[in-house]
Amino acid sequence: MRPLEAARVAWDALRANKLRSALTMLGVVIGVMSVVLLVAIGSGARQEVTSGVESLGSNILFVAPGNLSVASAPAVSRLTLEDARKIGDAVGDPSRVAVTVQSGEIARVGARRMTVNLNGCNENVPRVFDRPVERGTFLEATDIDVRRRVVVLGAAPAETLFPDRDPIGKFVQLGGVRFRVIGVMERAGSTLGVSQDDVVYIPVTAAQRLLGVGRIDAIAVRAASPDDIGIEQELVRRTVTAAHPEQEYQVLTQDEILGVLGDILSVLTAVLASIAGISLVVGGVGVMNIMLVSVSERTREIGLRKAVGARTRDVLRQFLLEAVALTVTGGLVGILLGVVTAALVERLSPLPAVITWWSIALAFGVSVGVGVFFGVWPARKAARMQPVAALRYE
Amino acid sequence: MARHSSTAAPPEGTAVVETRAATKVYRLDGGVEVRALDGVDLAVATGDSLAIMGPSGSGKSTLLSLLGGLDRPTSGQVLFAGRDVADLSDDELASVRNRTVGFVFQSFQLLPRTSAVANVGLPLTYRGLGRAERRRRAVQALEAVGLGHRLEHRPSQLSGGEQQRVAIARALVTEPGMLLADEPTGNLDSRSGDEVLGLLVRLHDERQVAVVVVTHDQGVAAHLGRVVVVHDGRLDGGER
Repeated sequence: MRPLEAARVAWDALRANKLRSALTMLGVVIGVMSVVLLVAIGSGARQEVTSGVESLGSNILFVAPGNLSVASAPAVSRLTLEDARKIGDAVGDPSRVAVTVQSGEIARVGARRMTVNLNGCNENVPRVFDRPVERGTFLEATDIDVRRRVVVLGAAPAETLFPDRDPIGKFVQLGGVRFRVIGVMERAGSTLGVSQDDVVYIPVTAAQRLLGVGRIDAIAVRAASPDDIGIEQELVRRTVTAAHPEQEYQVLTQDEILGVLGDILSVLTAVLASIAGISLVVGGVGVMNIMLVSVSERTREIGLRKAVGARTRDVLRQFLLEAVALTVTGGLVGILLGVVTAALVERLSPLPAVITWWSIALAFGVSVGVGVFFGVWPARKAARMQPVAALRYE
Repeated sequence: MARHSSTAAPPEGTAVVETRAATKVYRLDGGVEVRALDGVDLAVATGDSLAIMGPSGSGKSTLLSLLGGLDRPTSGQVLFAGRDVADLSDDELASVRNRTVGFVFQSFQLLPRTSAVANVGLPLTYRGLGRAERRRRAVQALEAVGLGHRLEHRPSQLSGGEQQRVAIARALVTEPGMLLADEPTGNLDSRSGDEVLGLLVRLHDERQVAVVVVTHDQGVAAHLGRVVVVHDGRLDGGER
């Protein structure tokens, strides 16, 4: 029998039992839909993280304590401003080095209050991170040196705390201390649903006093050019290791951070897809069950086909194709529903969801595979029937 | 009305199918062996017309299975055009069935939910013929059995006699050397039965196709050229 002919026979057989075929497909539909949807969410998360990290700028080196990897807990930093100064000397340009010490604080202006990300930093943040000031000025070196109580507001606190007036020159209370507003940053947008505009910048020295700490959390260095990243990474690493032989520090490029975060997200996506895959297996067992029923129902048909000349492989192919037709049709419906659901999630929920071609190809391939895997046994059972016995079957 | 009487055994080599000392033993679940056929010699020549008679359980259905290549003998030989089925693979035997034998069953064995023309064309799908060619030949076969006006009807929309004529068209469509009918009138009223029988006789006369009919009905057997009687797995006495 010709392959196309065989496919048509399989399709006709499924149409002959529409309701049963549809119910059998349901398991595969749900399984494939879940795989497509969850992979879409995983891919969406990866894309957001990637663009979030990339928005920091591509020439940046990050210095942070500990060993950034999938399985490690964050370590407490012992970095100091002195380390930042040494690094500035090492790379030959202190203005390319930014520092940060961070804490969640409540900012108050009169009766208005807002939780902000308090970022104690030095004067180099706009240059290192490419974050322009919209109005007023950013912190200056002397502000850090004399621990001046001045603050630059992110776009969000500027709007929330000063809804109807210019904040420049006004005062904001941070941890009970008054800071004078000297500038407002341009809007930066959000990453993974987390706003990058909820921030207030104050001199790192003032932040250390406010928080009662002597450390800084992290240091960022903007390389002179993309070509210098490797060299400067090594310079910075040596400097930090010499200053803190007792603790492990990471000096990471943006690509390396993306790599680590990508690994985390890959594991997460794989776990989600595997869980969805279990429902595919359940769907496959349903297909096998119904194919066994179908084979035994159609014993006489099998006997007749053999009597008029069907070879073992003709019968095998017929029933295998039926199983595959079931799972492939279920798979195509599942892909469609998965894509639609992903689009709805993307639109209606804070979760990102991005459909990737490979996930659709994978889902389709798995559908075919499930059909073959769970269809072979019933098909062999049909193909091995003896024509005489099959024809007499009641 | 034995119009095609020929008691002489067909000459060597011209037999469409021939059994030589064919024996079939079935082993039942309890381990008991049943000798359904015991050393049967029978040849069906081109253009032969033969009734196989015998009481139920005599082994005539087993003999029909061997003659049709649906089964293999436990011992002895079954030869199609001189080729021993023992030398044929299952696939080759399937091909022999497809090209040499046209089956007609008591219960018609038509595929439900499938049109008459598609039922008749079914054997041709296993020859790899295209759809148009299958349809052309199936229409011809249906016209030959007088059902040219029932092409798209499904079995459930046809009378018993019509269903059996569709089955005969299906047996005929491959232009086989032999039609093998197992109680073809058993499920039909006498008028439809006569029609079906008349059709088989006419096809035999017009096409020189060998016709073998298994029946327990003396009236049916009377339409055929010769009669063999199976009894306890053996051919009983001489042929008529």
